[in-house]
Parts: sequence; C-alpha cells; structure tokens
Amino acid sequence: MRPTFALALGLTLSVGALSGPLAPVVHAAGASDTDQERAQRWQEIAKSIFGDRKIEPTDTLVKIEAPKRAEDAALVPITLSMPDRGTVKSVSLVIDDNPAPYAAKFEFGPAADTSELKLRVRVNNYTDMHAVVETNDGKLYEAKQFVKASGGCSAPMGMSDEEAMKGMGDMRMKFADAQAGKPVEATLMIRHPNFSGMQMNQVTREFTPARYIEKVTVSAGDEKVFTMTGDISIASNPVINFGFKPDGKPIQVAASDNQGGHWARSFNPPSPTN
Amino acid sequence: MAAEAVRPVGRMLAGSRTVSRRHALFGGLCLCCLATAGLSPRAYAESFTMEEAGPGIFIRKGLIADADAENLDAIANIGFIIGKSGVLVTESGGSLADGQWLRGEIAKRTDKPITHVVLTHVHPDHAFGAGAFVADKPVFVGHAKLREALDARGEFYRKRLADLFGEEKTGPVVYPTMSIADTGQIDLGDRTLTFTAHGPAHTTSDLSMRDSASGLLFPADLLFVERIPSLDGSLKGWLKELERVKASGATQAVPGHGPVRVDLAPAMADLTAYLIALRDGTKAAIAKDVSIDKAVDTVAQDQKDKWKLFEHYNRRNVTVAYQELEWD
Repeated sequence: MRPTFALALGLTLSVGALSGPLAPVVHAAGASDTDQERAQRWQEIAKSIFGDRKIEPTDTLVKIEAPKRAEDAALVPITLSMPDRGTVKSVSLVIDDNPAPYAAKFEFGPAADTSELKLRVRVNNYTDMHAVVETNDGKLYEAKQFVKASGGCSAPMGMSDEEAMKGMGDMRMKFADAQAGKPVEATLMIRHPNFSGMQMNQVTREFTPARYIEKVTVSAGDEKVFTMTGDISIASNPVINFGFKPDGKPIQVAASDNQGGHWARSFNPPSPTN
Repeated sequence: MAAEAVRPVGRMLAGSRTVSRRHALFGGLCLCCLATAGLSPRAYAESFTMEEAGPGIFIRKGLIADADAENLDAIANIGFIIGKSGVLVTESGGSLADGQWLRGEIAKRTDKPITHVVLTHVHPDHAFGAGAFVADKPVFVGHAKLREALDARGEFYRKRLADLFGEEKTGPVVYPTMSIADTGQIDLGDRTLTFTAHGPAHTTSDLSMRDSASGLLFPADLLFVERIPSLDGSLKGWLKELERVKASGATQAVPGHGPVRVDLAPAMADLTAYLIALRDGTKAAIAKDVSIDKAVDTVAQDQKDKWKLFEHYNRRNVTVAYQELEWD
C-alpha cells in the first residue's frame, strides 16, 4: 500500500500548478484510507465547492452507477440517474481522490431529460465518487459510490500527442429511436485528447500540458439541454449520453477547451414515429 | 505434440501460482488493481522448467497469472536459441530477477556469448528481463516503434513493478539498439533469424521472428494460447497481421503465452475466433447503442470457457475495442 501512496503523492505534486474552471483541490490520498479519512476529505472538498451550504444524503434524487473495479482507469464509465424529471437544476460529479476532484458539472435547461446521464472519467486512485444535485428549490443532495481504479490520470495514451490530437473537435451524435411525445436518448462524441497534464510526452519526455474540454453546451432548438463544465478527469475523446425533449429543431453543440479551441456542430434528430 | 519434442532440462525456484483478482493486468496497461498488491510473506513454492522446444531452442513456460510480488512477473514464455556464433535471447523476462534466472539457465547450457536479446514488444512481462543482459553488451533487437512506446510507458511500468516487488528486482527500462522497421535478419553462423515488424496489433511494437534451422515461428504475443489475449494496439490491425503470420508458411510456433510449442494453424484459429467474437460483438453493441459499461458484460461471452483469465481481461478488451470501433 505504501508504494502506491508514494506514487499518488508524487503525481499530486506534479499537477499542483494546474488550474481549471473547477478549482482543483490538491491533497494526498491513499488506497488504504479509512472511511473516516475519506469522509473528512469529502467534507473539505464539499466546502471548497459548495461553501457552507448543507448537503443532504439522497437515495432517490441521484444515483451513481460505476464499476466497483474499473477495467481501464483511464476510461471509467459512470451513469448518473436522476429519475425525478424536472426537479434537478444541476449535478456535479466529484472524484474525491483525483488530483482535480471536481470532474464535471452539468447545468440543465428546459429541454433536458435528466433521468439518465452517462459519461466516462479517469480515476487516479481508489476513491469515493460523489454526485451532488441541486434541485430547482436550491437544495443540495448527495450520493456516493466507491470505485477501485488507479493511474487513470497519468496513464499514457499509447500514441503520440500529434496522433491523439488528430481530428480534434470532430463531433458525432447518435440518437435512439424517437417516439412521439417522449424524451429522446442521444450520445454525443467529441474527438479530443483531453490531456490531463499528467501524461508524459514520448519524444520530449516532458509532461504534455493539460488541454481539456472546458465547456460543452447542448441545445435543442432555442432551448438549452445542458451545459457541461469539465476538467482533466474526463476521459479522452469524451462521450456523453443524455436525454432531451425533442421539438423537431436541430440539436446544437458548442464545445470549447482551455486553450482556446472552439467547435460547433448541428445535428438533426430523428423524426418521431407514432 | 509439443510434449514429446520437449524434455525438461533445468529447474528453478519460482513464483507460486496464486491468481488473484488483485493482480495488475499488466498486459493491457490496466493498473487498476495494483493499489492493493503488496509484498507477501509467502515464499516461492514452485519450480520452473526449461523445455527444449527445438534443436538448441530452450523455452520456459510463463505462469498463466498476472504479475505479483511472488511470481516476479515470470508470466511470459521466455528463452534462448544457441547458434554457432552465440546465443540469442528470444524473450528477456518480466523483471530483472526473471532475466537473471534466464541468464543462469543459459550459463548452465553453453559458454557461448550472449550476442542478441530480442525485445518483442513494450509490455513489461516481455521487456523487463533485459536489464539482466546489459553487462553482456548484446544487440537489443526491437521494433522501430518500440523506442517511443518505451518512452511513453517504460517508466510507468517500471514504477508499477517496483511497487509490487521492489526496485532491485524490477530493473531498468532497456532500449533497443537494433531497430527493425520492416524486416531484418540476424545470422548466428549455423542458423538465421528473420524478423518482421508488424503494424498495430497486440501492441504498436510487435516483432515476430522465424528460425531457419527449426522452421519455428516466434510470434511472441501476436499469438496467445491458453491465456486470454490482451488487446492493447488495434483489433482490426491484429486480425490483419494474423494474415501475415499465416502467410509465413510456418507450421509450428512458440507463442508468447501458453505451451512452449504449438501447431500454428489450430492455435491461430482459436485466437482469430476470439478476436472476431470481440470485434463483431463490440460492433453489434455500438450499432444497437449499447453503452460501453453494458457492452463489457455481454460481448464475447461465448468465448468464456475457452480461455484462462477470461474474467480478468475480456472486459478490458471490450473497453479497448469499443473505443477503436465507435469512431468507424
């Protein structure tokens, strides 16, 4: 356990200079931490993000589904279920022991169907994950899930930086079959390496600077579905599954990264079948 | 067939065969499980044997297990070929300790110099024994892409192995000194080794070798037998490169994992069946909008009883295949 602890510490220090839109909290964490240590860390993180606002536990407003033990620490699929449609204003995903724990925040608009949201993240250490929803009446609720994985933020991409950046900003969207009057499930894919700043360049032997998707806004016609604020914990080539209420107008996607990259695309959802 | 051609020659103290879900899935760079793998007090309890897979060809069957503190990553088939002018190491071992053991086995059988060490690809179970041969000043033979692959991952692997069993037993990252971009040859006096550098397949640095004296093919981890293949390069590329392996005309091979010598055709057929099940199952999942977290539980399940360590690697393979195929 100790060597892993030391390694995690080293990585944490190496990204101390990182700054993202979601303020990183830097601390050392280990796989062997007690529940109490984890709980205390979460309190610190929660305070840095939500201030002194009270966060109540919930079993119903949000649920996190994640593999108990990740197959690939650099691509851990997460499902956030928020079945009470229309009550959730935003959801924040926090990976407590990642170097930048605040992984993503989704702010929903009127065209959103929040019942199921999927994304892929990096996990750097055995960690608690927290999902915090803010309801429309301004209250905060949290759910927790423990995940075993390590090295996800620093795992090399297995290709050159140039290769990893090929087609950066390309987007695709897939739609599930639409039924009249029902929300539609869609999958947004964005080509982007989402460099974490912790991966070593193969040629220069220096850390590739963090370059990650910072903001993604998805709208159905004039109505917002969601805005995602992201950080280095999002896996490369981000894929987001979400639900929306179709009104026949195209889906607009705008994405930008922390180095000034900006991309936009429009997709035509399928016409509803009766 | 292999069993008859083979006689046990040497023995060593080696790792216990304990397979635990905790162990690192090094083959596929899955390091999720390492955090709990610490040194265990359990002593080595089993012995390895060196088998003669052909005339002057000695191979040690690797454990069908993941790297851990006890087995010192001795999980790949490693060995050497004795030629007239010197010794060529076919695979170096999974750690400095594993390589040192191999070097001892060579010394028991010949006093010829170790002139060549082949680094068949970037994975630690094949590359980290190389440190044991540095003092012999051999030619380290590798794929033209091996250097950059080691640049990207070598240090990462080294730290993970050191976490398992300490720096001293892990050894350094050793780079190739002879780089093969397409094909190449090495003449050992009475036999010639012909190398082929493959496109992205099992990894992005796969090198295969053919021995002129025995006709044996050394496909390294392009060929898995018994142990489930691990995908870390390109699924489509691997299937393509297998066609090249078939076209070599070899009938028998020394696989990277599994028995030390197998008939090539049936072994290739089993491997191809798995890769096709993985490809087609993943493609079907993507087409039906089955998300990656669901696909890992459903794809290639009909292959489950055909491979050891299936539970350790199949989900990981699906994860890799999904990312490759979802942008098609």
